[in-house]
Formats: sequence, structure tokens, C-alpha cells
Amino acid sequence: MPSTHDWINNPLDVVEGMFAASQSNPKSGWEAKVVEFFKDRLKEKDAHTWVPSLNDVPLHYLKPNSLVKFRCLIQDMFDPEFFMGAYETVDPSTNAKVLRCGRYKDVTECGVDFNSRNTVTAERQTFYCVPIPGENPWFSLILSHSYACSSQARVVPSTSYAPTRQKRTEDGQMCASQGHTEQHGNGDCKRQETEAPSSQTASASHLDLNFPLPGEKGPSCLVKVYEDWDSFKLNDTLEVFGILSVSPALSALADEKDASSSILDPTESMETAEEQRVHSPPASLVPRLHMLYARPLPHNNPLLPSATLEDNSAFLSSTLSEMASVRAELLTYLTHVLLGDALAAEYLILHLISNVYARRDVLPLGKFAMNLSGCPAAALYTQRFYQIIQQLVPSSFYLGMSLQNMNQMRLVPKKDYVANRLVSGALQLARNTFLFLDETHLEQGQLDTTGVRNVTALGNLISWQKVDYDFNYHQMEFPCNINVLIASEGRSLLPSDCQIHLQSQVSPPNMEEYLSNIQLHPQTSSQLNKFRIYLSVARQLDYSISDEMTKSVEDDFVDMRKDDPQSVSAEDLHRMLVVARLLSLSLGQTSLTRDSWLRAKHIDMLRRSRMEQHQCVNGNEP
Amino acid sequence: MSSPTSTPGRKRGRDGNPATREFCSTIPKMFLPNEVDMSSPLMYGTPSSRVEGTPRSSVRGTPARQRPDLGSVRKAPQVDLHSEPPSADGAVASEPNAGQRLVIWGTDVNVGTCKEKFQRFLQRFIDPTATEDENAGLDLNEPLYMQKLEEISVVGDPVLNVNCLQVQSFDAELYRQLICYPQEVIPTFDMAVNELFFERFPDSILEYQIQVRPYNALKTRNMRSLNPEDIDQLITISGMVIRTSQLIPEMQEAFFQCQVCAYSTRVEVDRGRIAEPAVCRHCNNTHSLALVHNRSAFSDKQMIKIQESPEDMPAGQTPHTTIVYAHNDLVDKVQPGDRINITGIYRAVPMRVSPIQSNVKSVYKTHIDAIHFRKTDEKRLHGLDEDAEQKLFTEDRVQTLKELAAKPDVYERLSSALAPSIYEHEDIKKGILLQLFGGTRKDFSQTGRGNFRAEVNILLCGDPGTSKSQLLQYVFNLVPRGQYTSGKGSSAVGLTAYVMKDPETRQLVLQTGALVLSDNGICCIDEFDKMSDSTRSVLHEVMEQQTLSIAKAGIICQLNARTAVLAAANPVESQWNPKKTTIENIQLPHTLLSRFDLIFLMLDPQDEAYDRRLAHHLVSLYYQSEEQIEEEFLDMAVLRDYIAYARTYINPRLSEEASQALIEAYVDMRKIGSGRGMVSAYPRQLESLIRLAEAHAKVRFSEKVETIDVEEAKRLHREALKQSATDPRTGFVDISILTTGMSATARKRKEEVAQALKKLIQAKGKTPAMKYQQLLDDLRGQSETAITKELFDEALRSLADEDYLTVTGKTVRLLA
Repeated sequence: MPSTHDWINNPLDVVEGMFAASQSNPKSGWEAKVVEFFKDRLKEKDAHTWVPSLNDVPLHYLKPNSLVKFRCLIQDMFDPEFFMGAYETVDPSTNAKVLRCGRYKDVTECGVDFNSRNTVTAERQTFYCVPIPGENPWFSLILSHSYACSSQARVVPSTSYAPTRQKRTEDGQMCASQGHTEQHGNGDCKRQETEAPSSQTASASHLDLNFPLPGEKGPSCLVKVYEDWDSFKLNDTLEVFGILSVSPALSALADEKDASSSILDPTESMETAEEQRVHSPPASLVPRLHMLYARPLPHNNPLLPSATLEDNSAFLSSTLSEMASVRAELLTYLTHVLLGDALAAEYLILHLISNVYARRDVLPLGKFAMNLSGCPAAALYTQRFYQIIQQLVPSSFYLGMSLQNMNQMRLVPKKDYVANRLVSGALQLARNTFLFLDETHLEQGQLDTTGVRNVTALGNLISWQKVDYDFNYHQMEFPCNINVLIASEGRSLLPSDCQIHLQSQVSPPNMEEYLSNIQLHPQTSSQLNKFRIYLSVARQLDYSISDEMTKSVEDDFVDMRKDDPQSVSAEDLHRMLVVARLLSLSLGQTSLTRDSWLRAKHIDMLRRSRMEQHQCVNGNEP
Repeated sequence: MSSPTSTPGRKRGRDGNPATREFCSTIPKMFLPNEVDMSSPLMYGTPSSRVEGTPRSSVRGTPARQRPDLGSVRKAPQVDLHSEPPSADGAVASEPNAGQRLVIWGTDVNVGTCKEKFQRFLQRFIDPTATEDENAGLDLNEPLYMQKLEEISVVGDPVLNVNCLQVQSFDAELYRQLICYPQEVIPTFDMAVNELFFERFPDSILEYQIQVRPYNALKTRNMRSLNPEDIDQLITISGMVIRTSQLIPEMQEAFFQCQVCAYSTRVEVDRGRIAEPAVCRHCNNTHSLALVHNRSAFSDKQMIKIQESPEDMPAGQTPHTTIVYAHNDLVDKVQPGDRINITGIYRAVPMRVSPIQSNVKSVYKTHIDAIHFRKTDEKRLHGLDEDAEQKLFTEDRVQTLKELAAKPDVYERLSSALAPSIYEHEDIKKGILLQLFGGTRKDFSQTGRGNFRAEVNILLCGDPGTSKSQLLQYVFNLVPRGQYTSGKGSSAVGLTAYVMKDPETRQLVLQTGALVLSDNGICCIDEFDKMSDSTRSVLHEVMEQQTLSIAKAGIICQLNARTAVLAAANPVESQWNPKKTTIENIQLPHTLLSRFDLIFLMLDPQDEAYDRRLAHHLVSLYYQSEEQIEEEFLDMAVLRDYIAYARTYINPRLSEEASQALIEAYVDMRKIGSGRGMVSAYPRQLESLIRLAEAHAKVRFSEKVETIDVEEAKRLHREALKQSATDPRTGFVDISILTTGMSATARKRKEEVAQALKKLIQAKGKTPAMKYQQLLDDLRGQSETAITKELFDEALRSLADEDYLTVTGKTVRLLA
């Protein structure tokens, strides 16, 4: 059996060993054994933290053909490919034939005998994966911390590239602090690429890595999947454990080839240069990862234990007991942020933990898109507000709905048939991404065709939680699960599940100063971490309604209708049920109680009365 | 094998120009094909010329044409013929062994038997039930393919399309061989056909020998299910063309000439490569041979990319694409955007990383060599036949569906399975269910009225927030060919069709809009009321004639748009005003409204029992688990299949009793109206009734429309009428609200006011001119009912129409 770290540094040895052992017994199912082996290894305590991550470690520090992990989103799915699962090589000097294994590798060894009877053709699927879009800077900070600790403790002594490893940790901190300064110094949070490009991005400039959001960085990766590829879906977030392959032989770009070769090989010249560029980019930029094992990420929060909540009851019960107190703290914090409006803060919490948990035919259940109207237009309030939320959620995106943005941005992913890939758009987001639409930026003017399409796409996203990807000849619907918050001055032009008008209790003379005083600084990260854990856990709790409560809710509804049928419609009941659910979850309760129902009714009534008031004031027709 | 050459880029379609023809006829004489055949290493793919001498004698001067589609020149993982066994991945190279009893190397195909079997198939196969459009004009009781051969002899197009399904039903073993070893079997078929053909029609002259093109192989239907086992087998998959390449001339045979002695030699392509002769055989100089391009032989080739059709895909995945190579006359047969069924041989080729390095990428490139294309959407534009849309149902499925249909409450079951998340609105769901099934299509074009509309159009109107949009979304997701648009976001162009210039080819291309795309489906239009008038006007033609006429940018055509329209509209005043008529509430032109078979109001019923059930429904929606839901309702997939089955296979006709019942119903409807001096039914309503009754019969899988169907149609129609055509002033159902936009009472009232006004003016005596305001006040003073300004204006207008008076500005002048 290989020693502790051999399976990380030389996973192919393990594979080859099993392959060789299986030769005597052709039906041994060695493929399954390999997967099983790595799964078992990774299950060991903390084992997965020993595996270097492609997200944090620059590619050139990673050893080729070693085991790495990658936290990513499936951005595109390429066509399945057939490869030589097993093949025979002939040594030209001795003429000896050796059977070799082609799994988990991109390139075969010399002297392949194409005519061998023993060649086994197998099928695998390629996914184009990008880092999870909109990951917030605090995220990698935490990860690199935890990684630095574990790597220094365990991996470094045993590997030969210890010095570089040390340097890497510094790097990580530097990067993080850089991101940090961006946070503070740069008022514009459109995440434009303002930082000095590192060596890696500079070389990447001529190749579009197809990130969904503008200004994203990080490695993208071609993940080769050997089993069960049907179980993966586009936009799934995964942590992939696989064998890194960066063989320079893969980087044969069309323009590097001399002309003679393309004449000789008519089949290869058939692909356009664009297609080649996309499907076989240089391995130094887009490494290949041969998947051994993939773990779906139910949440994207590094502070939480990676196992599911059910498996980790100790953690769950400790957080649950604290939930009410953390909620109170968070409520106070957000109330300050929302200029003293406690009701809006309450709703904001509900919004932040909302989640589409099921779909009934076309109807997504549990979505809670919120329209925060009455935002002060002055002093970039919305942007500061977004920065504060950014500190709380793992991934988020700020979309300033300026006319220019709406007319020019690519929101909906579109299939590019020339390059044969799905060109990403800003709405290709991972589940539970926080999408902040800033409508205060919208001025009067004309939307052009793209603009109209973009607004329709946003509307569809909010109402049905789906995005229709543009496949040129037809559209295809992809369900999504994105928390949309619209900040606007008046009522938003986009639909929303609930609208709340901000009523500021304080009117600070200098908004900028006021907000930066409130904002929790990353130094006080223990407080922030509490909030972060709270939000992620609350979102994942299970929830049920007892028969008793069902009855009482029904009675309530009938009573409300009896008094004034106009006041409560089915839609209101829909919303109140969602509010009640989120309210219970935010308090750490996994089933609906009479109290939470009444409270849900109460806050909804408060909200509505506020809206009516507001309507009377400015006569804004719905 | 050595075909007459074609210069690169010249197409050799069936309508080959004279120059090409001449070329073809002259070459073979000076250059005997058979010699080359014998020496060619490529001949393993075409056993014909080696095994027997007979075909040559009968096929005489007609040259054989190379079939690059069968891949004899492809650089496949194949072996050198004489040394090595073939590779194990199913790629079977073969060498025909001489002699009748032997099989082709690597297969179990015996050329002689195979040929005999196929000839027998051609001579004897009869399929009286064939309904394909290709067979139009053929006698179904005669051997089908012999008639086709006759056609070939007349038309001169040497291509014989063979339906694999028919081969299978005739001889399963032959079919299996065809699927597994297409590379060997198809040339054998070619040989068999040609023998047969020239035996029968010895005098006919063809451009080249007949080629057999099998289609409809059942091996694979879906691109996603292609796997390594399919390599080198005959497959049929469906997909959509997304890109086509330029025409690629592929060298089939290189022509070399010695620079020293002018001796010329030909070298055929061997697995994608040409071996340049190093030594001239004639003068023994080394490296003296030069390639002469314009005497080399080329064949046309085109790369086509096809993509999975959206219907075949599992949710949440992106479509796969596959490369297809089309050869010779299949080049340029398809355009991007076409939906096609393609039959061909699946290939895999290893990739070399670079010509210098010897290690290869361990990945194969895959493609399909096309043998036959069949467009699936062609018929939609021409409306020839609907069978192409037939979905294949397994026996089990049909059985389940029939069992379901036999249940007495199938109608209720299906309607409750429709959009289960939307509560109640039973009748609306039933209406939509009938719309999904549609009526029977009737053709009266011979008597001059053209096609009768079979589609049921439905309008939903009502308060905002009564889940109209949700219902539309559901229907859109349910039907395979549904389109969803919003009135606000769609223009007339987006609904109909527009002409676009293709950026690559500079060709004008007709791009179809939502209505045409939903031909044979349902077009869901949300926010119907917010649609601009010009946009709405295009619906007039679609909703009754079911066609769409286009005349723009030099393209004049009529497209089929046999689509059912499901529209949703909000009332003008955002809340439904029960005191107003439907027309007044939604302000749609009545010309359009009368084209809807059913107009439903979706209102809040506002009663306690309803509220309770609604609350229960909603709460359970939020906490019931998936499994419970599954148990309660029919699966969406079953519903979809049920509808598809009924739509394709069930064509109910009116029974005697049903016609009687319909007549009675219609007469009754007219009677109700005539009693009060108004007409409450028009022939359009009768047609609606018939459609609904037919649809209901379809729900029951019944081939006959019975009285119960009529009863239900009547009930539903009445329900819809009660809701939408009730005159708010009298409470009676009044169709004329929908047909003229004004209820009969309102018209009567207008008449009365006009008469009163006339009397008033006459009473005033001989005053030639009056003040407008004065007259209004007088009339108001006289009348006991309130007279609005609008009513007064209308009265004035009707008097003006009688030429009694004229209104200029603020004065009213008497004429006469």
C-alpha cells in the first residue's frame, strides 16, 4: 500500500498498480476500486485539507500528475470524447508489447499500436469549470488561513517544494490584503479589473476564459469525468478531487502548428481556430483535471464543516442554541445599516436566508426576491450597503442597472457556435448567490434590443427563478436559485415577491462616514464569522408544518377573507407562508409554531400598511 | 471505383451541368475503371468488382461512383490488409474472399447470400400501409422498390433510398448485418440493385451507378446515447444543424507526372494519405514525379455540425454536438437551423498531437459519415403530412395510456393533473385540456373554403394575481411545441416572421417568429391587452385561417401557423369591473374576441368554503413532500404522452346523434336570443362547439363524437359564455357583446335615445341650428334615465347617419 502522501503526490501510481493487478482478472472492476480507494482516503480525518487546492495555489507551484482539488462551477459541458482506456505499446528496440492504462491521462506513451486487439475504447465527458463566480474576498482569506496552517503542519515537511510553499502563504495574504484595500479605497465596487495584473492574468489576456462575471480571476479548468456524468448539471458547484494534467503536448494551438501538418491531417483542420482555442487551450492556462471524486457543495461557506448538517449533529446543535442571540445581534447591526429601520432589517435577514427548496411544476417555492424601495440616492448609499452585505455572504454580485449596463452587458449566456461553447453571462451564477440590483442608477432613456432582453431576463429570473439561455435557434431553460435584492428609489420596475419601503429613523449628515463607522471591520472577524455561519446554517435547515398548524393557518386565512376579501389574496397567502417559513428558520425553529405564524402575519401587515401609506404620499400606482 | 473526376469545387448534383456530363461520358472510355479496381488497395470496401464478373456485364458502361460516405478512404483505426488482424474496437476491415460460401473477412456477411436476399427484398417487398410522402403516387400493392427503380429509370436520379424498418420487417438477419457492417453490406446492396436495374431496364442511361441509401436505422435515436459500441455501425440520429463548412475538395486520386519522361501515374488516397512514388517506373529516375493538381480526382466534402434537439435533452445539461461529413451530392443539402434525421456510419479517429511527436493524445475524434439526410421540419412549412411528427410509443406505454383512457373519470383526472399547483378553476383547466387536444382537422379546400380551424383558442381574463401567467407557463412547459411571449415584449415581427440577411452567405433567410414556430402547438401570449394594435392585427389571420402571409423583401409566401392561442389579459382598470361587459373591461377589438372559442374570467370567488380549500391547497403545497404530490397527481410525462398519442392517433368524427345534439344546441342558443330580440349565437359558435366536442372525444380516445361529448362542449361553452358574455345591465347571456362589441340592450338603448332626441328637435320646431350643450341639457331634462355625454354623442351620430342633422363644432344643424 502506498504511504500516506504518495496517493496525493503520485496518484497515477495507485491507478497503474490497480490496473496491473486487474490484468489477471479482467472482470475485477478496477475502475470502481480506484474511485473507492481515493474516496476512502479522503474520508479520513482532515485528509481533504492536505490536498492542495487549485483555487489558492498558483498552478506553477503544483506538481503535475498530483492529486489536487478545485472548488468550481460547471460553466459548460463539452461533447463526450472517446479515448483509449487501455492500449498496447511496442518498444521499437525489443518489440515487446506492454499493455497500458489510458484512464486519467491525456497523452499516451510512445509507440502506440493502433491495431492492437487489446485496445479498449472508453468514453469520458469534459466539463469546463470556472471558480465559483462572485466569491467574496473574505472567503479566500479564510481558506488560505486554514490551508496555510494545515499545509505547514502536514504537507510541507514531506514534500520537496517546501520553500515555494512558504512563499505561497505570504502570497495568499498579500493577495487578500490587496483585495482588502480594494474594498476600502475603491468606492466603485463594480469589480473592475483595477489591480495590477499578475503574471498569470497577463498571459491570459489573449484568451477569454469565459467567466460569468466581469473582472473575475482565477484558474479555469477542463475537468474530465469518467463516471456518472449524467448526474452533473450545468451550474452545479462541486469540489473536484482529481489528477492534475498540464502536459505541454496538450497546448498545440492551431496557430502554432506549421502549415504542412494541417494539410496532412484533414480532419484536424476542419475545426476552426476558435474552436481549437476553446477546446484545447494551453494547459498552462487551463489545466486538465481528471476527476477521481467530486463532492457537491451544498453551501459555499468555508466556515461550516464540509459534511452535511445531518452528519454533524454536534456542530448543528451548538449553532442552533446560539441562533436566537446571533439573530438579535445581526438584526441590530442591519438596523444600523438600514438607517435605523428595524422592519427592513428583519426582512433583509429573511431575504438573506431564502432558498428555492422545491419546484411544483413551474412554480419555484421558497424564493423571496425583495425590493428595497426608498433608498437614499445620495452618497452612494447602495454601494456601501452592498459592501456590507458582501462581508456576510459567500458569493455576491453587484449589478448597477444603469442604462449603459443594461444595454451592453451580457446577462444571459449564449451559445457561440463558431467556437462551440457557451459564452457565459452575468446571470450564470451558482446557487444562493446574492444578486444586488441597483436601480438607483437607472436614468431615463431608451433601452435597445439587448436592454429589453436583459430586463426580461431579470424579470424571468425573479418570477420563475430560471434563465433562458440563448442557443440561437432555440432557447433553453435552466433553473437557478439566486437571491435577488433590488434597491430602488420608488417601486422597482422589476417584479418582486415583497416590497419594503425604507423608512430611515436617522438622517446622518454624512452618509459615508456614518456607514463606515458602522461597518464591521474585518479585524473583528469573529463577529462577522458568527453572522456568516448563522446565515448559511439557517438556510440549510429543514422545515415542516404540522397538521395542526395547517388547520390554524387555514382558519386564519378564511377569517381574514371574511372581514375584507379584498385585503388578502391567494398571493398574499403565498407570501405569508414563505415569510413564516423564513422567520421560523431564522430563529432556528424547524417547524412552524403559532407564534411565528402570528409574527409573520404581523410583520407582513406592518410592511403593507407602510406601503399603503407611502402610496398615498406619492400616488404611485402599482 | 475510379470515378470520373470532378474538378474541385464543382458540384455534381443530379442536375449536373452539361460540361460535367460530357466529362463523365468520355473519361471511362479511355480509362477503364476495372483495371484500377483490381489494383486498388481500396477495394476491400466494395466487394462487387472482385467477386463476380456478372455485374460488369450488365452494368456495362455506367461508371460506378466512389462512395466516400462509406469511408473506404477514411483514416480509420484499420489495419494493413495483409498482415495484421483488425483492432478490437469494432472497426472491422475486411477483404472479400473469393467464392460464394465464404464470408467477408471479419464479418459474417456472405456477399452472395446477402445480395440475393436484398434482391428478393427489392422484388417482393410490399407494404400496403405505408404512408410516407416519398411514396406518393406509387401503387401500394405492387412491390414498392421495383416502382422506385422504375422511377429512377425515368428520372435518372441514381439514388435508391431504402427504409431500414422495411428491411427489418422483411428479413431481420439482413437488417442486423446492415446495421453492424454497413461498410461491407451497402456496397453489396449497390451491386445487387445495379444488377437488378440493368436487367430490367437495359437501355436506360444513368450518370453513374445506383447508390443505395438506407435510412431510419433504429440503432440509435439520440445523440446522447451514442457510445463506443456504435463505432463503425449504421446509426440514425436526429438533431439540428448548427453550422456547415465551406465545400472541401478532398483528393481521391492523385495524378503524378514524371518531369523527365512525362510518364504519368495515379495514386489513390490511402487512409487520408497519398504515397508519393519515389521512383519513376518508366525512366527509373528518382524523385522526378510531380503532382498535377488539375488532373487529380477530387470529391466534394462538407463538414456539418449538428446539435441535439432540445426535446431530447435531460434538464440541466447542455446539448451535445456531433460532426457530420457529407459527401458528393449530399453536400449543401442542409442549412443551419434545419432539423434533420441523419443516417450514417459512426467513426472514431485517433488524434495525433503533432506530426513530429510520436505519442498521441489518447482521445479519438468522432464523426459521422452521412449516408442519408431527412429533414424533419420541412413538412411543417408545407403541411403535407403529420406522420413525421409521430412520436414512438412503446407497447407498454400505449397500454397504460389506453387503460387510463378507459377510466370513466379520465376527463376529470387529466384536468386535475393540469397545473396542480394552481388551485380550482376547474372549468378553465378543462377548457385548456380540450385546447391541448384540439379538434379534428377538416379539409374543405375542394369546396373552396380551405382548411377548417381545428385549434381551440382560449382567452383568460381577470384580476391581476389570479395565476394566469402561471397557467400559461405551465402549458408552455407541457407542450412540445409551445411558445411563450408577452404582449408587452413582442412585436408583430417577433410573432410572425422576418427576413434576415445571413451574415455569412449574404442570402436572405426567412426567420420565423413565435406564431409560426408554434405550428401544431400552442402559442401562449401573456399581457394580451398590452399588445400594440398593429401586432394584434396579425393575429386575425392566424386565429381563423391558420396561415400567415408574408410579403416583404422580395419574399412572398404563406406559412402555416396552425397554432392554438392561449392568451391572458388584464382588465383595463387593473381590477375587473363587474358592472361592465367583457369588451369594456379588456378593451380588445371584438373582431379578435370573436375568434376565441372560450373566454374565461378568472375572478376571486370570495366565499368562505372556497377560501378554506384554497388555503389548504396552498399550505400543503408548501410542506408536502415530492412523493405525496406524485401519488396524488398524474405525472407530467404521462399527461404529455397521453396528449401526444391522442393528437396523432385519434381523429374522431361526428356520429349521427352527436350531429343532432349539436344542431339542437345551436338552435337553442339562437332561440334564447331571438326571444328577446337579440341573436345569441353565430355559426362561429357552432364551429366552436364542434371543435370542443371533438376534443372531448379525443380525451376519451374515442373515434366517434358522441352525445356526451356534445353535452360537455355545450356545458363548457355555456360556462365560458356565462362568465364573459353576460350583459351587466340585464344579466342575460348575449353573444353580440363579443361579436359586435355592444350588447343588444345597449344598442336598443342607443336607438331609444336617438329617437327621443329626434322628437325633441322636432318639438322645437323650425330652428335650423342649435347649441350642442343646450340640446344635451334639454334632453337630460326630458329623459327619466341618466344620459351620459357619450350616449348623447352616439345618438347624434346615428341621427347624422340618417342625414337628419350634421354636427359642426359646437352647433348642431338640421338638414332637409
